[in-house]
Amino acid sequence: MSEGIGAAVKRKEDKRFITGRGKYTDDIRMENQAYGAFVRSPHAHAEIKGIDTSAAEAMDGVIAVLNGKQLKDDAIGDIITGWAITSKDGNPMNVGAWNPMATARVRHVGEPVVIVIAESQAQARLAAEAVEVDYEELPAVAAATRALEDGAPLLHDNVPGNLIFDWEIGDEAAADAGLAGATHVTELDIVNNRLAPNAIEPRSAIAVYNDIDDHYTLYTTSQNPHVARLVLSAFYNIAPEHKLRVIAPDVGGGFGSKIYIYPEEITCLWASMKTGRSVKWTSDRSEAFMTDAHARDHVTKARMGFDADGKIVGLKVNTVANIGAYASLFATATPTYLYGTLLSGQYNIANVYCDVKAVHTNTVPVDAYRGAGRPEATYVMERLMETAAREMGMDPAELRRRNFITEFPHQTPVIMTYDAGDFHALLEKGQAAADIAGFAARKSEAASRGKLRGIGYSCYIEACGIAPSKAVGSLGAGVGLWESAEVRVNPVGTIEILTGSHAHGQGHETTFAQVVSDRFGLPMDNITIVHGDTDKVQMGMGTYGSRSGAVGMNAIVKAMDKVEAKVKKIAAHTLEASDDDIVIEDGEVKVAGTDKKMAWHEVGLAAYTAHNLPDGMEPGLKEGAFYDPTNFTFPSGTYICEVEVDPETGVVEVVQFTAADDFGTVINPMIVEGQVHGGVTQGIGQALLENVVYDEDGQLITGSYMDYCMPRADDVPSYVLEHSTTVAPSNPLGVKGCGEAGAIGSPPAVINAITDAIGNNNLTMPATPHKVWAAIQEVGLPQAAE
Amino acid sequence: MTQVTMTVNGKAASGDVPGETLLSDFLREHLRLTGTHVGCDTSQCGACVVHVDGKAVKSCTVLAASLDGAEVTTVEGLANGELHPMQVAFNDNHGLQCGFCTPGMIMSGIDMVNRYKTEGRELTEEAIRHELEGNICRCTGYHNIVRSIKDAAASM
Repeated sequence: MSEGIGAAVKRKEDKRFITGRGKYTDDIRMENQAYGAFVRSPHAHAEIKGIDTSAAEAMDGVIAVLNGKQLKDDAIGDIITGWAITSKDGNPMNVGAWNPMATARVRHVGEPVVIVIAESQAQARLAAEAVEVDYEELPAVAAATRALEDGAPLLHDNVPGNLIFDWEIGDEAAADAGLAGATHVTELDIVNNRLAPNAIEPRSAIAVYNDIDDHYTLYTTSQNPHVARLVLSAFYNIAPEHKLRVIAPDVGGGFGSKIYIYPEEITCLWASMKTGRSVKWTSDRSEAFMTDAHARDHVTKARMGFDADGKIVGLKVNTVANIGAYASLFATATPTYLYGTLLSGQYNIANVYCDVKAVHTNTVPVDAYRGAGRPEATYVMERLMETAAREMGMDPAELRRRNFITEFPHQTPVIMTYDAGDFHALLEKGQAAADIAGFAARKSEAASRGKLRGIGYSCYIEACGIAPSKAVGSLGAGVGLWESAEVRVNPVGTIEILTGSHAHGQGHETTFAQVVSDRFGLPMDNITIVHGDTDKVQMGMGTYGSRSGAVGMNAIVKAMDKVEAKVKKIAAHTLEASDDDIVIEDGEVKVAGTDKKMAWHEVGLAAYTAHNLPDGMEPGLKEGAFYDPTNFTFPSGTYICEVEVDPETGVVEVVQFTAADDFGTVINPMIVEGQVHGGVTQGIGQALLENVVYDEDGQLITGSYMDYCMPRADDVPSYVLEHSTTVAPSNPLGVKGCGEAGAIGSPPAVINAITDAIGNNNLTMPATPHKVWAAIQEVGLPQAAE
Repeated sequence: MTQVTMTVNGKAASGDVPGETLLSDFLREHLRLTGTHVGCDTSQCGACVVHVDGKAVKSCTVLAASLDGAEVTTVEGLANGELHPMQVAFNDNHGLQCGFCTPGMIMSGIDMVNRYKTEGRELTEEAIRHELEGNICRCTGYHNIVRSIKDAAASM
């Protein structure tokens, strides 16, 4: 039917957003609301010698001025890392303690030291400026490679050499042997530039303490309110879970940055209890650059060996990952199990080895951001493949073809078992859509206009869903990564779906309803999706890692299985037929092959009146399920980028970008394509524009949109999208997930295209006009196309 | 404190506000019109765009006190019984995801269509992309925003 699986249904949630009726956290105002403003460290590294709050306390409207020592004295816990990594020598990782507000030492610019609570936001901010903190500056280090050097400033007493862990995956001896026997070895030094996620809605929190019930409510910009409640309760000692409600209302984008439970939310909850007032804090953009978890920031040496036929015989990767001043929730998983495990790419490689050193530096904590580890892995693989093809004088597509995995399931040497894919089909679809045959003519035409035209490929694979729980548990995860759902059929037959997934742009209110509509043949209007409130939805793990489709929607399917079974029993009983003969079609419950039937709502009513149910059946029609998948899912694709470079200025224009993706079953192609558009644009942003810059002393240079270059509409083209589908065998719907693919696959395609155009492979992201111009000068202008 | 009186979405609106109050704060905090969003502090993101006397203005960049007597339209004031063609086009073309930048995109989109119509210029894809310089979206990659504005331009 037109609203079911595979239909491009227009979004149900749009109306409130296009009319300005969305309800984001900062739009909410509580009774008795006060405002919090943080005093933040201006130094990258310093001892706190004293704090003088007297001037601030005397200012108009100030209710309280609270510091980190008071917070610690009230037994509020330190911020945790959710994933324990074991070093290759068998030792557990070392991470520095992270106080929600600094007590003795600050370790990055922007670290909170004091919170001022006042009657208005302006008063709170003014008073925060009047707090005097006496700092004694310490030497600082911002670059991870520098932090590992002898004599580098040390951040935490319990982290010798700033080294959090030195982790490995794969067989080093085998990789070395493979490389030793190779007829050609390609070597690359790779920097994966540091990014700031930049959801356009800044983070915000409103903490509401009710002293009568000793109960807290937190409205917050979260991708996973249940995880927030769990962590706030179990580790930060705010309140037991039944005394703590977390609500994530409309959330304006996340991209990973709103997974984490930050110092500000914790402090606002505690400050609400201390002051007896509702405390609201809303970040401004400058604060966001200093507090929202940053991303990427890898420095890598990679060697890939080939035999005479162009088959990969060995891969060795050594990476230094910057974790920042403190290890955030998924920070240790991102450069390890979300990175090293994808270093087989789409290729059949017997020998892969990867070593990762994770390092504390005097910078904002780094954590998962759209793709999380997989963009870094894809960048390594696809820069290597393109470079190797050029070095060996081969067509880069042909080199990839010779190495593609073609049989599934395929066990890689780095844990993952790929269960489905057709990489040849993706490459063919991508090449056809990108009109590879016409490239030479386009290059020649561009040359006639004085432009250098280049083309670059990227064939990515990623692991999504971020489950099964047993697998992630064995790798060090602190939680299970299932998802829950509840299907409530009302007495009138309408349906509410309660899900632990959280939408912040992904369109769950539409796609999740489509899955239900498809199953029972009910109109979309009769189905509502409920999410984002721990008092409504029992438990959930939230949205990240492209998991809402692969895990969240399949939990709904499991709950619908139970509803369907009960509906069939009720109908069979009423219609005097066997359960097995009942079919549900177009909103009717029928006895197959007869004209006997009940309308869907009649079954709902029968379940609740309970006047005529089978003996022993409970009344009501509401079922829940917890779904834990049996494998990760593996979306894959071929991305082909074409650029034109102005050799006079180094300005790069992305003139064509083709994405051919395999996401398994697609529920709503319109929404899936939108995810690809957004992801690819973030990837082009990383490749051309975006870069978080610290100076050597740890001062943040890119602290606003004046300095950090976000992709604008005229930085990107309209995209050409293709699909090729292999169904994911590990879940009932067969979906793989689509949220991160664009950001994972696109950066190497862009850089491969630019380096092809200019004839110099020595280029780092972001490829700014200055860098591209300098790279052209380094090798001289390539010959114009003949 | 400064007394401010203006017309917002066709209705008289007034308030006694500190002189430094920005129009965005006046709309959001005093009038509780929270459809106008603030996504940055350097006038770059454009989530706060409203119309002042018929022209697109970043409401985070103008003092409420300077707009005494002005006619202001926010995203809440566009639908007049039925949705504005630009709002319809954003829904039809999947021109929004998280919705946070959307009010600014819609207000900028209407302004650019009106200006190009008045000036008799064709609003091409290239022109739309250039005109969106002051509006940042992190979700959509702009692809469907451009399509939405082009679509609306045909029916406005």
